[in-house]
Amino acid sequence: MKKYLPTIIVGLLAVLPLIGLSSYAMHILILVIMWSVIGMAWNLLSGYCGQVSFGHAAFFGTGAYTAGILYGKLGLSGWWGLPASIIIVTCFALVIGYICLRLRGPFFALATLSMGVILRIVAENMVDFTGGDLGIMIRERTWVEKIWYYYIILALACGTFIVVKLVIESKLGYYFVAIREDQDAAESLGINTTLYKTIALCLSAVLTGFAGAFYMNYMGYIDPKVVFALHDISIVTIMVVMVGGVATYWGPVVGAIIMVLLAELIRSIPLLGTAHHTFFGILLIVIIIFLPNGIVGDFAKLKRIAGFARRRS
Amino acid sequence: MSFLEVKKVSLFFGGLAAIKDISFSLAKGEILGLIGPNGAGKTTLFNVVNGFYKPSRGDVLFKDQSIAGLKPHRICRSGLARTFQVVKPLQRMSVHDNVIASAFLRARDKKQAEEIARDVLEFTGLFEDRDVISKGLPLGKRKRLEIARALATQPELLLLDESFAGLNPSELDVSMEIIRQIKDKGITIMIIEHHMRVIMALSDRIVVLNYGEKIAEGAPLEIRNNAQVVEAYLGEAQSA
Repeated sequence: MKKYLPTIIVGLLAVLPLIGLSSYAMHILILVIMWSVIGMAWNLLSGYCGQVSFGHAAFFGTGAYTAGILYGKLGLSGWWGLPASIIIVTCFALVIGYICLRLRGPFFALATLSMGVILRIVAENMVDFTGGDLGIMIRERTWVEKIWYYYIILALACGTFIVVKLVIESKLGYYFVAIREDQDAAESLGINTTLYKTIALCLSAVLTGFAGAFYMNYMGYIDPKVVFALHDISIVTIMVVMVGGVATYWGPVVGAIIMVLLAELIRSIPLLGTAHHTFFGILLIVIIIFLPNGIVGDFAKLKRIAGFARRRS
Repeated sequence: MSFLEVKKVSLFFGGLAAIKDISFSLAKGEILGLIGPNGAGKTTLFNVVNGFYKPSRGDVLFKDQSIAGLKPHRICRSGLARTFQVVKPLQRMSVHDNVIASAFLRARDKKQAEEIARDVLEFTGLFEDRDVISKGLPLGKRKRLEIARALATQPELLLLDESFAGLNPSELDVSMEIIRQIKDKGITIMIIEHHMRVIMALSDRIVVLNYGEKIAEGAPLEIRNNAQVVEAYLGEAQSA
């Protein structure tokens, strides 16, 4: 059963739009799947390899701007942004990695955090190239119907899931976890920690960049404050994985469902809606105290608590 | 032509000399003991040989190639593995996965890495515990896991940093037997140890450090009777 779980879920998701969901429901589904992609990508670098990034907006935004600039400056379809972002985002990741990966733990986290912010400011100021604060708008969306966007992001998510699974079960995966657990021990066991951390960063960045390029095409509009956002992209990325379960295959997916639905729910509450970050903060505190391994990682514990509560009632 | 040669190595931290002008060499197949009081610079010397520190002066030759200043992973690839005094198991990985991770250094694929890991675990007597998460192992077995992990990189020279500290007498015998078998495989060993019974029984030769300097070198029996060594360990004999 467990072996076929991914196939069953993908099968269900593939037929889901055929039952005629509303445009809003489709939008939420697309967001959930997009956030799963970003979560899985972050998980690779930060969950498995232990290099916690607070700046994944840098890669998301780079992917989005790659697509946007191809459309805006070169007149190509924004979808070329997907293949192009492999090269562009890898270059960015190599530069960022060269600077940041020599730092460890919280210092790496702070350095990546600043990278996201720096790229936002650069994008705001290079007006000729990026359009500055006005952002980039795609005047004609590829499709009016959401269903095609849905299938594209679903395919991206499946691809990401497969890539993560293959990587984690190979030599790379063992090396990533070894680096997370003890960098000095890993180094003395013959693991080139700098090389493998860079590989983890590049893989993670490219997958995040895909999500960014998709976002450009799907939303049709980006500006620096949206795609290089610290709290709405970088921090939400971390929350998706923390809530779902760090270093688990399904954690980012579960986290994405919860975070997207929660964000929609809170935003619809009158008056409190603008304070949704406060709610995220409270949620994060609760998760860290009671479910430090996330919902997937602490599922057994969660079931025990639920079972206990049922018996008492 | 020696197997490992430490040539006039010094390491300074600021103005402090952690080790000063140390020279010695190792022949292939021998066991060299490294002893000295706490803070004498034994582990620091390991860190220099293993590549964590670049010596401020002097050179380290391994198989006639200079390895001073190379990265630890390069040195490990050339056939030199070590264990840590403060054990560093990959905590949230099972014992088996710990050893697989280091076996990948020489393995072509995952299947071969698993085979190497299985052999090493059987050799070190950890096969029964292979599925235990290494955080949960008792100290004796964690020390042995350190050795297993180093062996999985298929080294020619093994540096053991206090692999016997904190073991009970029966664990001590098991570990000593493992060390002898490692030697029989043709692996050269350098060993730091405070247990005199262990070091005297295992070593072919002993180097003694005190305050970062080499104060004696010789066969176990010579070292036992060396006045300077006795003084370093027990303090100067009081004049009446």
